[in-house]
Amino acid sequence: MTQDLLSVQNLSLSTADKGLVKNLSFTIAPGERFGLIGESGSGKSLTSLAVSGLLPPSIKPSGRIILDGQEIVGAPGKQLDSLRGDAVATVFQEPLTALDPLMPLGKQIALPLRRRLRREGKPSGRAEVNRHMRDLIDQVRLPDPERLVRAYPHEVSGGQRQRVAIAMALACRPKLLIADEPTTALDVTTQDQIIKLLTSLVDELGIALMFISHDLAVVGQMVERVMVMRNGACVESGLAADVLTAPKDSYTQTLVDAAHRFDAALEGRS
Amino acid sequence: MTLLSVENVGFSYRSGKPVLEDISFTVPRGANVGLVGESGSGKSTLLRLLLGLDSPQKGRILFDGAPLEARSSGYMRSYRKRVQAVFQDPYSSLDPSHRILRIITEPLRALKIPGDHRQMATKAITAVGLAPDSLERYPHQFSGGQRQRIAIARAIVARPDLVLADEAVSALDLSTRIRVVDLFEEISEAMTMVFVSHDMGVVAALCDQIVVLDKGRIVEAGLTNDILRAPKHPYTQSLLASIPRMPAGS
Amino acid sequence: MSASKSILTRFSGTNATFWLGLLLVGTITLTGLLSLVWTPYDLSDMVAGRLEAPSWQHWAGSDRLGRDLFTQLMIGAQIALIVGCSAVAIGAAIGVTTGILAAFATRFLDDALAAFFDILIAFPTLLTAMLVVAASDEASLGTAILALGIGLSPIVGRITRLLTKQVLSQDYITAARVSGSSWPSIVFWHILPNILPFLGVNLALQFGLAVMAEASLSYLGLGAPPPNASWGRMLQEAQGTVYTAPWGAILPGLAIFALVIGVNLLTDGLRDRLDASRRQV
Repeated sequence: MTQDLLSVQNLSLSTADKGLVKNLSFTIAPGERFGLIGESGSGKSLTSLAVSGLLPPSIKPSGRIILDGQEIVGAPGKQLDSLRGDAVATVFQEPLTALDPLMPLGKQIALPLRRRLRREGKPSGRAEVNRHMRDLIDQVRLPDPERLVRAYPHEVSGGQRQRVAIAMALACRPKLLIADEPTTALDVTTQDQIIKLLTSLVDELGIALMFISHDLAVVGQMVERVMVMRNGACVESGLAADVLTAPKDSYTQTLVDAAHRFDAALEGRS
Repeated sequence: MTLLSVENVGFSYRSGKPVLEDISFTVPRGANVGLVGESGSGKSTLLRLLLGLDSPQKGRILFDGAPLEARSSGYMRSYRKRVQAVFQDPYSSLDPSHRILRIITEPLRALKIPGDHRQMATKAITAVGLAPDSLERYPHQFSGGQRQRIAIARAIVARPDLVLADEAVSALDLSTRIRVVDLFEEISEAMTMVFVSHDMGVVAALCDQIVVLDKGRIVEAGLTNDILRAPKHPYTQSLLASIPRMPAGS
Repeated sequence: MSASKSILTRFSGTNATFWLGLLLVGTITLTGLLSLVWTPYDLSDMVAGRLEAPSWQHWAGSDRLGRDLFTQLMIGAQIALIVGCSAVAIGAAIGVTTGILAAFATRFLDDALAAFFDILIAFPTLLTAMLVVAASDEASLGTAILALGIGLSPIVGRITRLLTKQVLSQDYITAARVSGSSWPSIVFWHILPNILPFLGVNLALQFGLAVMAEASLSYLGLGAPPPNASWGRMLQEAQGTVYTAPWGAILPGLAIFALVIGVNLLTDGLRDRLDASRRQV
């Protein structure tokens, strides 16, 4: 049996007066694509924050999160800092707020890149960083790199911003990439491109993916295994193909039915 | 039988390139028409024109045979009695400082519609599936889906002929969205509706006709079934192909 | 669980703030009200020896003319409240009106008004007030209040303009327009109720500024003329004897401090309560 990259055991998250996530357990193997499905208030985003050690101080975790052999719950900030970037990187929903509005895009990609090169003891001079940056920009299929590295976030489209955010995450060479609703703010045509890009990149680089979304169809295209969350608890988990075609839980069934109805509408009205 | 007719409408903001160019389509009385487009398609601007919040620089909009005069307050008063709207974000479209009763009866008060306003509000709130005692509460006491129902109650309370919905279900969760779509379907039997949305699935579920917008122009318009089965314009084709579908059931 | 929780929340930060503020402002208000019907002595009667220390007969001691200081403090509370409330009312009336006008104005007029506010703000409130007082024939409580109100208005105007612009960008404003509401009713029903909680906190700050500025004006001899006993004038009169009879300066100083802090705590507490009831989902 292979060692799990991420193992979450009995994770509970709570503030002073209420529980937000209850008794959650799941694992992600190296290179595996895992989906977290849930509507607003389900606790899916909090779970992802807990995994990357980014929980706000008002939320107290209990249970265990073992990422790449290291315990995250209760770990000191410094250890978490090195874990982020080394083991885990995150792409957020809204690339406009996730990027620094006052910094050229090239510089924003260069920062995590230089950190990784230093960490790996590789030369991190301007020329090396620039060379690696070109590779990354090619990898995320951004057009016109010359113009792009000098542009500011507001000067490029939403899809391009999200590609930059992906490039920044990849610059860290993480073992786990967390994508928290990365296509929700995008147009459908752009969403389609980003989904394809993410899938091929994690495959190519052997990175595990934790994909968080409320959109069942998108999750179904992206991942191998899914977990469905509601009100902070897991209601169902299993292979995506099983859960999305033959759900056992009634809540999952409601979601699947709803998604099918919009699909059916697209086939034309009778 | 045409309720709303848009004729060669063009619009641009000050010192900008045109946001809308040569837009023409009609909305038959009783129909549900979807205006579909992605960001930058000009659909929000078009909606503002239909609501009389801006005036087109070119072309004209005819409502029930007469031109929409956005600058005439007398005309707008009678127009508002017949045309109401539901907006995208149920968290920002209800004033947090008022009770639901006040929010729902705003059109009745503003348009000086005679009658027992509380009774009319009770009827509207029941029609959208909420309990009458909701009227005494404040917006923050409701979930997103419930708020959108309240917004719909406000739009139908004055019994308009036409309801314009701006991405009215996009901000809702899937399980809530399907129920609000059902609600729209139900109330659309009594009135004409225009749905502005980027979500082809929702529009397909609700509308008999679709107008597809891209970069300020209409690229394709027609019956929903025809467009879904055989999209003619490459943009419509790629739009339909991009929509993620559920894995096929057993 | 629920019982212990309710006790906890009752004494947690928010509410402690609120109650302490209420206690301070309440005490001063009651004292001011009481001074309308009763004071231990007459304001200008020389009932004691010069510069007597606090005693059972004269709770706050006496000034260099032998007048009872506690009586002056009580009258001072009344004056401070009148000045604070009226100056803030005048400042709010001018500031809110121009602020909302600016938010609605065309781009050019808006820019002009915004610049105008900024220039006036850069001008010290006290200086503005001194100019207004100087422009009038004689110093009186009325001119001092008017002067302070005018001095405060640009800050209120600027904040109102920003808050109004925020509210104007909300969908419920568009919804109100589509519902057929006219602009005046939108201002009255949607803009004012929604900017008030935020504006209120700022007006409380302005109240504190007004009370202190009045004290400064009186200290400079530009405030309410005698026999009005404002706390600022008490400070001025105690200036020469601050080493021999420190209570003459300490007590009115404490009174000003208590009122300013009290009003700020009270509005802070009120805003938190309002927020809590609005934000809970």
